Amino acid sequence: MKKGRHTFIPSEDIFILSTCAIAGPNEGRGRFGSYYDAVLEDPDWDCKTHEKTEIKMHKFAIEKAIEKSKKAREEVDCLIGGDLLNQLVASTFAAREFEIPCLGVYSACASFGEALAIASFLIGGQNMKNVLCCTGSHYGAVERQFRYPLELGTQPAPSSQYTVTAAGAALLSTEGEGQPRLTGCTIGKIVDYRICDANNMGAAMAPAAADTIVTHLQDTGRRENYYDYIFTGDLGKYGTETLYHLCKERGLDLSSCLNDCGALIYSEKQKDMQGGSGAGCLAAVFCSYIYKEMKEGNIKRVLLVPTGALLSKGSSLQGESIPGIAHAVSVEA
Amino acid sequence: MDGKSYCEYVSKTAPRTSELKTLLAAFAIGGLICMIGEGFSDLYAFLLPEAEESVRGSLTSATMIFFGALFTGFGIYDKIGGVAGAGSIVPITGFANSIASPAMEFRREGIIFGLMAKMFVIAGPVIVTGIVSSVIVGVIYRIIAIV
Repeated sequence: MKKGRHTFIPSEDIFILSTCAIAGPNEGRGRFGSYYDAVLEDPDWDCKTHEKTEIKMHKFAIEKAIEKSKKAREEVDCLIGGDLLNQLVASTFAAREFEIPCLGVYSACASFGEALAIASFLIGGQNMKNVLCCTGSHYGAVERQFRYPLELGTQPAPSSQYTVTAAGAALLSTEGEGQPRLTGCTIGKIVDYRICDANNMGAAMAPAAADTIVTHLQDTGRRENYYDYIFTGDLGKYGTETLYHLCKERGLDLSSCLNDCGALIYSEKQKDMQGGSGAGCLAAVFCSYIYKEMKEGNIKRVLLVPTGALLSKGSSLQGESIPGIAHAVSVEA
Repeated sequence: MDGKSYCEYVSKTAPRTSELKTLLAAFAIGGLICMIGEGFSDLYAFLLPEAEESVRGSLTSATMIFFGALFTGFGIYDKIGGVAGAGSIVPITGFANSIASPAMEFRREGIIFGLMAKMFVIAGPVIVTGIVSSVIVGVIYRIIAIV
């Protein structure tokens, strides 16, 4: 059911039946290391290419999420996958072996939000019963596509972020009494404040996150303290400060609830500039830490706001600015 | 806040490179690489006293290029680069790194269309600039010689 301008509230409960998160070695040493279902010892995971590793990670997350839900593969009506690679080669190639109808989504690092929103429409519209969402990213695969070869001796900019090697899968279902529920989503619009610095994506995405959060709260009539936490996806430390500033300008004080998965995913000791980002960032944090904490009753209500910077290597070189997008999904225990 | 004032806000508040720290690191490590180069030059002068200076220079360059590529292959040069910045890009070892690293990265797409086709994606502009500027300098030199 549509509420307000851009928000949809499902008329019946949509449960998040099971999740699975897999992370790379750096992420494993980070804050949520003990929460992941699996942590890779070797970032290549015995694969010849980074892309193959990412495909393997997607497959692992999908398989494990289905296994944990105790559903048969045939019961999954649709698989919605997303990643950062050209032509979505990681998520679609991973889906080859599952024989599950497949949709590919792209909102850059906000893809997990888009996948959850579409899943909620498919289930809420009573078209499907079980939908699996899986998104991920791999540092090596993303670096070679968007930036430089891994072994090139460049110095990272202090405002830049590190693409996480991680994937997260969540199975949404009409059944699953007692599990965390998806209770609404706000589809974000493209917001471009003309930031052109590809090394400062937090700043490029923060206006989109601010717009989506404000719209969500206005549409639902909820106050920010309705949520225990608002988790943005990939803003990093500086981007989160910028979002905080932008929201404050609009009369919204998020100091008590705003957190960013990218800023949190690595530990203090890890040199990660502004933190992590990537289609696997919020997906892995939600599918491990947030979901488990919700099941244990430590977190009651969260608003997930994954954020995406919609640039390509070519668009940056052609002088285009970086449009941002953010989708909001509320999950309640 | 509109786009313009937001861009101003970001350019004012965005984290910046600490210039003193990075300059010192670039100077120290870049200087060290050049010192090692000088060391090889002296070594060749000692080993090959009859060789001309240009031969010793070429030998030194070749040695430094070899080590630049070798350290890239071992996965060490990018770590040096992370600290040194331009200090490890400017010396000839950095040039070797800029050719060896795409060769390694794109080897996965095959020898011809991967390694060979993409080997110069980073060094290419340097080579083009070198050739074009040497042609321009050569023409000017020739004109001056005639006049």
